[in-house]
Amino acid sequence: MLHTVNKSPFEKNSLETCLRLASSGSTILLFEDGVYGALKDSGFADSIKNAQKSLKVYVLGPDLKARGLDKNSLINNIEIIDYQEFVKLVVENEKVQNWL
Amino acid sequence: MKFGILVNEGPYQHQASDSAYLFTKAALEQGHEIFRVFFYHDGVNNGTRLATPPQDDRHIPNRWSELAKEHKIDLVLCVAAAQRRGMVDPDEMKRHKKDADNIAENFRISGLGQLIEAGIQADRLITFGD
Amino acid sequence: MEEELASGVVKKFLYINRRAPHGTIYAHEALEVVLIGAAFEQDVTLAFLDDGVFQLKKNQDTADINTKNFSKTYGALEMYDVEKLYVEKESMEQRGLTKDDLSVDVKIITSKDMQKLIEENEVILNF
Repeated sequence: MLHTVNKSPFEKNSLETCLRLASSGSTILLFEDGVYGALKDSGFADSIKNAQKSLKVYVLGPDLKARGLDKNSLINNIEIIDYQEFVKLVVENEKVQNWL
Repeated sequence: MKFGILVNEGPYQHQASDSAYLFTKAALEQGHEIFRVFFYHDGVNNGTRLATPPQDDRHIPNRWSELAKEHKIDLVLCVAAAQRRGMVDPDEMKRHKKDADNIAENFRISGLGQLIEAGIQADRLITFGD
Repeated sequence: MEEELASGVVKKFLYINRRAPHGTIYAHEALEVVLIGAAFEQDVTLAFLDDGVFQLKKNQDTADINTKNFSKTYGALEMYDVEKLYVEKESMEQRGLTKDDLSVDVKIITSKDMQKLIEENEVILNF
C-alpha cells in the first residue's frame, strides 16, 4: 500500500500517525511540506530510520528542490522521485492512503 | 488506468491544487485517463472565473480550465460546498436569485454523488488537501 | 438518478476522520459525504483517529458559537446503514477519553487493528 504525507512532522502529527498505522512492506511518499520529515539531522530522523526497517520511503524531488533541500540534506536510503514516478507508485499500489 | 482526483483546498492558500494539477498532468502524459477531478471544501474556489493573480505567477483556475479543455477532463465543484462559499454557475444564480455567476470555463457544479461515483468507477482515487 | 451510475459495483469505502469538530469544517463536510454516499450502497466504514475522536464526544452544544450542531448526525448514521464505526484506542487514551465520553456505539480498536482496517479497504477518503 502507498501512503503519502504532505505535512511537516513539526507542524502536524500526520507523519507520526502514518508511521504508526502503515503496515510492514508499505511505501511512504513524502511530498509538499512532508519532505521535511526526511531531514537527516532533525529530531524526527530516528523515527524514519526505524520505519525504514520495514517500509520504503520516497521523497518528491520537485518539493525538495523548492525548499532548498537536496540528497545531502536527507536521511540515507530515501529515494528522490519526480511526478512521473509518483504516478507510477500510485499505479503499482492497489491502495493509496493520503494522510493530510 | 482511470484516476479520480479529489482537491480539498483552494488556489494559492495551500499547495494542494498545484500538486493535484502536476500529478494530473503527469498521469495524462503517461497515457492514463482522468475520470474526474472533484473539488470539495475550499477546493471549490479553484473554479472561480474572477481570479487575477500577479502576471508573473501561475494562474491556477485558468490552468485547470485549459487542461480540462485540452484533455476533456470533468472538473466538478461540489454543489453544497460551492453554495456555502459563493461559487455560482448560471443555473445556481437563477435558482437562488443571485445577481451574478462566477464559475470558470470547463468547471461544472454537481453533487457529492459525483465524488462517490469517482471512488467506485476509478481505479485509484488520490486526495490532495491540507 | 445518481445511484444508477454505480452499476452494481460494491467497493469497501473507508472514511478517515482525524480532525476535531467545529474548529474547521472538515468533520462536518466529511459527514455530508458519508450521508450522500449512503445512497450508493457501498461497504462503508468510518474510522476516527487523532483529534477525530473528539467528533464523537457527548454533549456538544454549539449555541453560543452559533454554528450548526452536526454532532447529532453520528447517532443517525445507522438509519443510513452506516454501522461500522471504529475509534482508535491510543488516540482516545492520549486525549483522556473513555467509552463513556462518546455519544454513539463504536468499536474501540488498537493501532494494530486500525492498521489492518486501513489495509482491508479499497477507497480511502481523507478530509
